[in-house]
This record gives sequence, C-alpha cells and structure tokens, in this order.
Amino acid sequence: MKVSILQFPGTNCEYDTQHAFESLGAHTEIIWHKSETIPSDTDLLVVAGGFSYGDYLRSGAIAKFSPVMKAVSAYAKEGGKILGICNGFQVLTEAGLLPGALKRNEHLHFISKHHHLRVQSNENVFLQKLNNGDIVNIPIAHHDGNYYIDDAGLSELKANGQILLTYCDESGNEKNPNGSVESIAGVCNKEKNIFGLMPHPERAMELILGSDDGVKMLQGFLK
Amino acid sequence: MKAIVNVSLKAGVLDSQGKAVHHALDSLHFNGVEDVRVGKQIVLKLNENDKEKAMADVTKMCEELLANTVIEDYEIELV
Repeated sequence: MKVSILQFPGTNCEYDTQHAFESLGAHTEIIWHKSETIPSDTDLLVVAGGFSYGDYLRSGAIAKFSPVMKAVSAYAKEGGKILGICNGFQVLTEAGLLPGALKRNEHLHFISKHHHLRVQSNENVFLQKLNNGDIVNIPIAHHDGNYYIDDAGLSELKANGQILLTYCDESGNEKNPNGSVESIAGVCNKEKNIFGLMPHPERAMELILGSDDGVKMLQGFLK
Repeated sequence: MKAIVNVSLKAGVLDSQGKAVHHALDSLHFNGVEDVRVGKQIVLKLNENDKEKAMADVTKMCEELLANTVIEDYEIELV
C-alpha cells in the first residue's frame, strides 16, 4: 500500500499524515508540488492540511495551479483514490474535483477543537469500516470550513450518497460549528474516488492524544 | 490601462463578515444602514490598450482565479 502525500508551500500536516499512515503499515512518500508526476505505484493520494500559499486570495486558490495538479487531475480521471484533508479539501473544491466551496466560518473565528461527527454514508472505500450513524470524535482546525453548495448541488449530493460526514454533538444530534450547509463536514465526488473533509483524522490516531477514531477512517483505504 | 476587479459573495450566499460589520455599525449608532456586504478589490495594471481585449482577458482571469464562481460574483471596471 503506497500513500503519496502532496506538499505545497505552507502545507503543515504532511508529516502527521505520513506518521498516521505509516502507523497503519502503509509506505508513504511526500511529493513536492513542483513535481509534474505522481509515483506510478500510488494507491492513495492525500492532499494534506495546512495553509498552502498562506491562504492568499482564497484558501486553496493558488495551489490549484501548482505543476503537480495536472497529474492529480489525470490521476483522478483514471479513478485513482484521493483524500483531501482540511486545506486539501479546499484545494480539491477550488480545483473543481469536489463540488461546493469552503467559506469563512460563520462566526469568523478560527476553530480548533475536537468535534463529533456522524457517519452519513459508508458506501465508499473511505468510511467502509464504519457504520452509518456511527459517531466519531475528530479534531477540527480551520478558519474557512463553512461548506457551501447551492440547492441543486445539495439535492445531487443527497441523491448520490455523497455526504460522508456531518457535525454533531456526542449523542449524534446535529451541531454546527461553522455554518456549513446542513452541517456538512465531508463529501465525495459522484464516482466516489475523491474524498474531502475539514476534520483531521490523522490527528486522531492515539487515545493518549484524545481519540483514535481516525484509525478506522484511514484504515478504509488500506489493502 | 488599469482593471479594477471587485469580488463579493453572491446574493443569497450569507456574508458573515458583512453581518459582523453591520452589527458593529449598529452598535456605533449608525442606524441608517440596511445591509453590508464585504468584498475584495483587486487592481491590475495591464500593458494592453485595447479595451475589448483587456475586458476579455480580465474576465478569463476572474473565471479561472480571481473569483470562485461557486460562491462569488465579480465586476470589472477598466480605467
């Protein structure tokens, strides 16, 4: 199992992501954004979190033009699996690989805390180790995590089971930290090979650090 | 020639910053404000003299980079 992790100037979660996947037994490689190719043995491509290009203009807006992104689009078209975490999710929406957009949090604060999430759809490789309705506790750390999609787009997400995770309280009741449409925390594309979420499963790998609920999420990709 | 690009959230997309500014104006007793929208202005200095060509170029820039048309509208003024 080979996980390639993208690194842009300003990415800061690439080593956490590497550590998380290696602890699950995967081989990893960090790919600098100037690379025009991604390793041919890649089983999963992760667009890691951070602040690519300092979030200038909009989060993820500049990163989408990095040289590596052409290879990312080609990889996506061939059905390659891609996971975008936090800023990675923003990059994938900016690049048009995932629907919707991430706006400034409704109350304008940067939010950094553990938050519960409810699994909405496990009929995909990412969440296959979890059950629908499961509640996981995963850290969030973002300023622009307010997911927006128009009504037509939302209906399409629902019809295709593309809503992966929503924010909730510990009992599973809807609880919206950032103003996201329908408290959406993560979505996938229609073909279910591209996944994006604002929370950080790679920061929830060990109980001693507050939660190991990220293990079951990332394990979904392992083979 | 200069192009002034104003980018703002689309009508119907909640503008939290606009709301916060509106609230702040209210608390300063500026009561005559009905609505506030916060956007950004991008000023481009162009080496193009043909207005039509410039407008076409800047429109393309807006569509590809300067605005995210999922949530934002843009207006271009050439001066």
